[in-house]
Amino acid sequence: EGPQATPSIYAPASTPAAQIQSLSYFVLEITGAIFLVVGGLMAFVCFRYRAGKNDDKSEPAQIYGSTQVELAWTVIPVLIVVVLFLTTARMIFAIQDAPKPKEAVDVTVVGHQFWWEYRYPQLGIVTANELHIPLSSKTDPKPTYFKLLSADVDHSYWVPQLSGKTDLIPNHPNELWMDPLYPGLYKGQCAQFCGAEHALMLLRVYVDTPEQFQAWVANQQKPGVQDPTVAAGRQVFETQACMNCHAVAGTAATGRYGPDLTHLASRDTLASGVIENNPKNLRQWIKDPDSIKPGALMPAMKLSDEQLDQLTAYLATLK
Amino acid sequence: MSAIPLTPHISDDQPWKLPSKGKVGMYCLIVAESAIFIIFVLAYLFYIGKTTFGPTPAVLEVPIINSIALLSSSITIMLAERALEHGKMKGFSLWWAITIALGSYFLYGTGVEWYKLIHEDGLTISTNLFGTTFYSLVGLHATHVIFGLIGLTLTLIFALTGKLKHEHNEKVQILALYWHFVDAIWIVVFTVVYIIGR
Amino acid sequence: MADSTLPIQGALDITPPAARKHSILEIAHSWITTVDHKKLGILYTVFGIFWLLVGGAEAIAIRIQLAMPNNHFLSPQTYNQFFTMHGTTMVFLVGMTIIFGFANYLVPLMIGARDMAFPRLNAFSFWVTAFGGTLLYYSFLGGSGLYGVGSAPDVGWFAYAPLTARAFSPGHATDYWAISLIVSGIGTVGTAINIVATTVSMRCKGMTLMRMPLFVWLFFVVSALTLITITPLTAAQIMLTIDRYLGGHFFDTQAGGSAVAWMHFFWIFGHPEVYVLILPAFAIANEIIPVFSRKAIFGYPAMAAASVGIAFVSLGVWAHHMFTVGMTSVSNAFFTLSTMLVGIPTGIKIFNWLATMWGGKIRFATPMLFLTAFLFQFLIAGLTGIMLSVSPWDWQLHNSYFVIAHFHYVLVGALVFAIFGGLYYWFPKATGKMLSEKIGKWHFWLFIIGFHLTFDTMHVPGILGMPRSIYTYEPDRGWGPWNLVVSIGGIIQGIATLVFAYNMIVSLRKGEEAGPDPWDAWTLEWTTSSPPPDYNFAIDPVVGSRRPLWDLKHPEDPDWKYEA
Ligand code: HEA
Ligand code: HEA
Ligand code: HEC
Ligand code: CUA
Ligand SMILES: [Cu+2]
Repeated sequence: EGPQATPSIYAPASTPAAQIQSLSYFVLEITGAIFLVVGGLMAFVCFRYRAGKNDDKSEPAQIYGSTQVELAWTVIPVLIVVVLFLTTARMIFAIQDAPKPKEAVDVTVVGHQFWWEYRYPQLGIVTANELHIPLSSKTDPKPTYFKLLSADVDHSYWVPQLSGKTDLIPNHPNELWMDPLYPGLYKGQCAQFCGAEHALMLLRVYVDTPEQFQAWVANQQKPGVQDPTVAAGRQVFETQACMNCHAVAGTAATGRYGPDLTHLASRDTLASGVIENNPKNLRQWIKDPDSIKPGALMPAMKLSDEQLDQLTAYLATLK
Repeated sequence: MSAIPLTPHISDDQPWKLPSKGKVGMYCLIVAESAIFIIFVLAYLFYIGKTTFGPTPAVLEVPIINSIALLSSSITIMLAERALEHGKMKGFSLWWAITIALGSYFLYGTGVEWYKLIHEDGLTISTNLFGTTFYSLVGLHATHVIFGLIGLTLTLIFALTGKLKHEHNEKVQILALYWHFVDAIWIVVFTVVYIIGR
Repeated sequence: MADSTLPIQGALDITPPAARKHSILEIAHSWITTVDHKKLGILYTVFGIFWLLVGGAEAIAIRIQLAMPNNHFLSPQTYNQFFTMHGTTMVFLVGMTIIFGFANYLVPLMIGARDMAFPRLNAFSFWVTAFGGTLLYYSFLGGSGLYGVGSAPDVGWFAYAPLTARAFSPGHATDYWAISLIVSGIGTVGTAINIVATTVSMRCKGMTLMRMPLFVWLFFVVSALTLITITPLTAAQIMLTIDRYLGGHFFDTQAGGSAVAWMHFFWIFGHPEVYVLILPAFAIANEIIPVFSRKAIFGYPAMAAASVGIAFVSLGVWAHHMFTVGMTSVSNAFFTLSTMLVGIPTGIKIFNWLATMWGGKIRFATPMLFLTAFLFQFLIAGLTGIMLSVSPWDWQLHNSYFVIAHFHYVLVGALVFAIFGGLYYWFPKATGKMLSEKIGKWHFWLFIIGFHLTFDTMHVPGILGMPRSIYTYEPDRGWGPWNLVVSIGGIIQGIATLVFAYNMIVSLRKGEEAGPDPWDAWTLEWTTSSPPPDYNFAIDPVVGSRRPLWDLKHPEDPDWKYEA
């Protein structure tokens, strides 16, 4: 029940994942039975008909075929395939064509080499790397519907406990839905090879209780914190190249190439879940992203130690 | 060559005839080539109307005379084959040369068309999707025409220098098969590019 | 078993060619200029085994990197190059070349011909393939390489667009991938044409289609399938090259091009390709299983028909690799069905092999050991394939280690096992020496233990959410122990492969003499000496049944009586 460190597909926490699990059990039973019967026959044949040590070297009776038997082992598999197919088809339509309820939350996910951009069109929120969605329940369903886009190459959205994966392909919008039934942090990662750091394009989905979600939304809708004590850091941010790639709402920084940093400090991790978000890591990241995520598309800015301290202090205030 | 039967009930005098390996080989090549063309044709069809900027297929003019030239070369090559079958070397060389002329005319026509597209309409392979798919598909076909023409010309040289004899009949037929294929593909390319795509 | 029971000695010329000492240069010259299908077959096979070692070494490096979380054995870039090169090497330079090696060597012998239909095309095909393959590896040095590890392709063997576009893959690595495969593809198509023409036009007298050994049938189907399988890949790679060099837009998503189109083109090639690889394994099974069970193959017509059926159905299933790209539910359902249908003709084959063994007297010599393992492992691999074809389940399993486990189960568990079995079986024919049975048993048991440690275990991390193509993973995911076992198994497989290489070298020098017919077998290749003379058969054979040698050895109960 609930999120687990190991994102097993057999610990479902949402309707589509659970449906897939039950379908998989059915298929496993059938294929398992085939395996037992055919594998058993193989074992039997190998033991029963192996030539003995003092075999008389005579040849066994030659049998060339038998229409009845051959017909039987053609027809039975046909029937099995029919059953498997019909069960599968039902589930395809049940999951893929499920009608979208009014109360669904919309999220647009944009895959970038090697991070995730999240937009909530209904709520006017733009954020990155850590997704917050509301808890759903059988009595009070509140599923999340994703629109999946890509800014560069193919990626794939996979949080095994919550649903199967769907690819994010440029010029080819896709959809995905999930209705998480237990709160907590679910992990997954990009499942389509997308370049150097595909391995560290991790996914974090926070399933919030209604109150938590409300609070989170309220905070995200505010512009970036303007704290005069870190004006120096902000100055560095706005005069270095940072703002070409990053946005902080309420400032001149509107870059879209990198993650939105408006509420960076409210996130638990940096760089799509690779390291914990604390001042030490943040400073190291800004100093040399490659040391943490070799191949990440953010350049090392060659800042002085002082500038780094100021920047870190500034970014840490962006709650 | 005498033969020793491995199984006694087979006698030596039953007829045993298998298809010509050259023809089978050429049919295989044609199947393989067709698969390449199918992918290019599918790409062309798939991308029709997906071009977002630049010249569209409206700039194309239907190459009627060109197509007639190429298609009629299938007839002349047949006449050449027939002449060779009957040992009429003169007739063979004549029809064969006409085939080459028709094929070359086709290439010339394509050249003129491309010249116009590039210089008047500003359409190159990198202009937009239409340019990419158009030049690739038509170019792929033209490449095959060029290879065909090289083969045809070599054969003509052999014929004129007297190296080609009646017994090369089958080899010539195999080459002709390839030429028919190139013509047939043109019908497909023509339909896709100039009729469906325009 | 080296004693010959051939009753027709003297009937056919089996005098070995007079031995004469040749200088190294002469020998090299004779191999390089040869147009003999037997020598080319050996060249293909040796070429393939060489790359098996290289591709295997890459796999070992991959496994060392993944043995533990957060390992730093390979850099991310190197890892990505290694898995791309491993997959590409294994499929194109190992699988395709070894199977065509078998075909080249055996098809003419089995149909009683003296050579392939087009011997010079045959030599050309081999050298073009060899050149293309070597070109692929030149990328480690060439292009913008030579510093660090060079610029080998790092886009996966499926090379999905638009990652392959200039914008995302600068340099020449991707061009090496495309161009070397286009080049070796030309060689492959050449060989396929040759095999089809040989089977159609070169059969000896009396060898009707329904008397052809099933091995030949299978290669006939494989080659026909190759003609329409490799070429779509060539077409797609030409498009990619146009995009990269001439500024085309086929797969340029910014200009309206489609990433999904590439996937379709690739899998229209890629799926039939896996059957091009597995049908030769079936071909080998069709010879070895009957001979070592001492029985005629059960249901010959059904076996031939099922092969053709598999080839046909396999042309309509490619999008089962694309269940997660957002197809309509109807398409997903369609490709689920068509994929499952492949199980039916494949099942027929499995059952027929079982029925062949049923009531036989099975001799478990090394070739048969490998083929028994093949049968068992192919069953499991096929069933995991069926699981993947269940599209909702595939939404979970796609691109996870479960898929990697599925296809290694087929490619290693079935194809490589069958190839090893085939090598043990025909090595005596090609060299005149038996491979050592004792070392062979070591090889077999080590390999099968390593195999199961690696690839049984590998299913688990897939189910636990581990995606493929990742160079490292987080320690808290619980995948570590499983990966460690997988890696240990990989190393055992490596050792087993080295044992095999050792066996080949030792047996070649000091192996037991094989004689023309060491396995007491039934097809025409066993009527000539080992190795066969240049001309194969001194006298053109004439056959009247599927097992000409059986008829000769058992005149009281010949096959032809039962073949209507
Ligand atoms: C030689 C290679 C080979 C072979 C023979 C197969 C055989 C099969 N494969 Fe596999 N496959 C690969 C190589 C191969 N595959 C590779 C390389 C990939 C991954 C490529 C990549 O992504 O890089 C792949 C991926 C792959 C996928 C995509 C997974 C994904 O990426 O998400 C699927 C999905 O349907 C699939 C299915 C099957 C099926 C149904 C068969 C069937 O042919 C199996 C049929 C056999 C049986 C079913 C067993 C015997 C039958 C019976 C005993 C009869 C009774 C049974 C029934 C009625 C069910 N394969
Ligand atoms: C015929 C095909 C084939 C074969 C035989 C193998 C064999 C093996 N493969 Fe491979 N594999 C593929 C085809 C194959 N593979 C494909 C197509 C992919 C997908 C690639 C992609 O995603 O792009 C893949 C991917 C792949 C991955 C996934 C990588 C990733 O996604 O990140 C892994 C991981 O464990 C792996 C492991 C192995 C192992 C342990 C073996 C073992 O069986 C190997 C055993 C070892 C040997 C046989 C050689 C031992 C020899 C020596 C140690 C001596 C060295 C000496 C010299 C060099 C002279 N393979
Ligand atoms: C060329 C574009 C570019 C520039 C310039 C740039 N960044 Fe980045 N930045 C990125 C990208 C791309 C990422 C995402 C990296 C990843 O996770 O793979 C990123 C990630 C980050 C992150 C982590 C965000 C998160 O959500 O985890 C921080 C913090 C950050 N950048 C700060 C800065 C600062 C400070 C500067 C200026 C000194 C800067 N960046 C300059 C592109 C850029
Ligand atoms: Cu994004 Cu892999
Ligand atoms: Cu497939």
